[in-house]
Amino acid sequence: MTDAHAGHQAPPYHPAPDPNAAEGSIFDGLLGHDAPGDSSQWAFGTDFEDPLAGVDTTIPDGVDRHELATYCLMLADDALIASHRLSEWCSNAPDLEDDIALANIALDLLGQARLLLARAAAADPSVVPALPEGSPVPPEDALAFFREAGDFRNVRLVEVANGDFAHTVARLLVFSTARLAVLERLASSRDHVLSAVAVKGVKELTYTRDYAGRWFLTLAQGTEESRRRLLDALDELWPLQAELVATHPVEAAMAAAEVGVDPASVADEVAVVLEQVFAMSRVERPDRAPLAGVRGRTGRHGLHTEELSRLLAEMQVVARAHPMGQW
Amino acid sequence: MNPVVNVGTTTRAERAYAVARTVTDPEMPMLTLADLGVLRSVEVDADGAVVVAITPTYSGCPAMATMRDDLVHRLHDAGFDDVRIKVELSPAWSSDWISEAGRRALVEHGLSAPGPVRRTTGPVALTLTPTRRAIACPRCSSPEVELTSEFGPTACKALYRCTACLEPFEHVKEI
Repeated sequence: MTDAHAGHQAPPYHPAPDPNAAEGSIFDGLLGHDAPGDSSQWAFGTDFEDPLAGVDTTIPDGVDRHELATYCLMLADDALIASHRLSEWCSNAPDLEDDIALANIALDLLGQARLLLARAAAADPSVVPALPEGSPVPPEDALAFFREAGDFRNVRLVEVANGDFAHTVARLLVFSTARLAVLERLASSRDHVLSAVAVKGVKELTYTRDYAGRWFLTLAQGTEESRRRLLDALDELWPLQAELVATHPVEAAMAAAEVGVDPASVADEVAVVLEQVFAMSRVERPDRAPLAGVRGRTGRHGLHTEELSRLLAEMQVVARAHPMGQW
Repeated sequence: MNPVVNVGTTTRAERAYAVARTVTDPEMPMLTLADLGVLRSVEVDADGAVVVAITPTYSGCPAMATMRDDLVHRLHDAGFDDVRIKVELSPAWSSDWISEAGRRALVEHGLSAPGPVRRTTGPVALTLTPTRRAIACPRCSSPEVELTSEFGPTACKALYRCTACLEPFEHVKEI
């Protein structure tokens, strides 16, 4: 009780239940039946094992470990940051079905991100931020929660703050169209992990792109208001579209090694798919120049908008406050 | 995946498989992991450890840790001390792997089972019209059903409504 309560009657005192009380406590039902330290009752946490456990993580011949790790970070960060923006809709979407849909899509992308972050860490442990000695934080979490904004390799399209639902639909259409095209080709990667992640991701992104495309069409052909909002969102986001199909030197190197995909190689296909949606929706492709980088640097180089810093501040705050935490 | 179990002549791997195949899915407990097609193999390695391979349905499937722990606990209880669970990402899980018994169990519990996955070659086609599926209401068997959402309470399900009996139901998606 603080001094502010002086003179008032003390509220009833409820001691916190003691989990070690001899007669047992309300916590008993929550705990596993095994020895102390058994983490099996928790779905997630520091004991949730490496998502690549038992997967062949051999580096393909002739591939630079650091470049492979950097490439994995690019693919992972796009998924992680897009997932986080989508998850911000939880309990805020226009209706329950879309709340659930966006959460499902966020979960698919988070799953891809986890595998890719784990792949990056396995390929080159030097990309993983250093944590205090004895920290139980696994490498994938260290990459997600302990990197600075400048170390993230995602395109800027996925990081800008959410707007209305039309903004999310437009962004998701543009993003999922490019990612699906890249992963379709990545399925034949010489890297076993990237290939496996891509094959699964293609199935998931097929549902995602259809979802975004259908909503795009619905909003475009819906009411004057829904169409206005959609066109505003598309116009606002379009300058960020080009970055999705631009080539970073690491992507070029990984494509040459038959491990990665040069995004520029899917630019035409992406344009055709988007044109298909625009034509059905009677929407003109926006005539807006790409958002410039700074001295040629963009999201893939670690150059980001301020909005990524704010996103990371929220996403990382709990993990950073407890680098030794057991979850 | 269904070795014949003969008492006295069974191998250790077969006995371990017989235990592992009874472990159920944490989110759809009417299905075993074997019926779901998530349990890929049970082997005994050179050191005598039981190695169980499972595969995720979707990349972000949050039930993987629970599946792992359920398998480990059940095998421990059955006397297998050294158990390792490995994740097989490839080949990627398909709803085609759900067994006939699994499909019956889904319907008996009010869920609609997935149809065959359509195999196509070339780029994945964009579909702007609602997905058409020839499915029936698992409650009243009416084919008059409508899609509510392609996304449901778990990553692997879509939401439907029967326009005959008016009950909502979940459909396990083709993937």
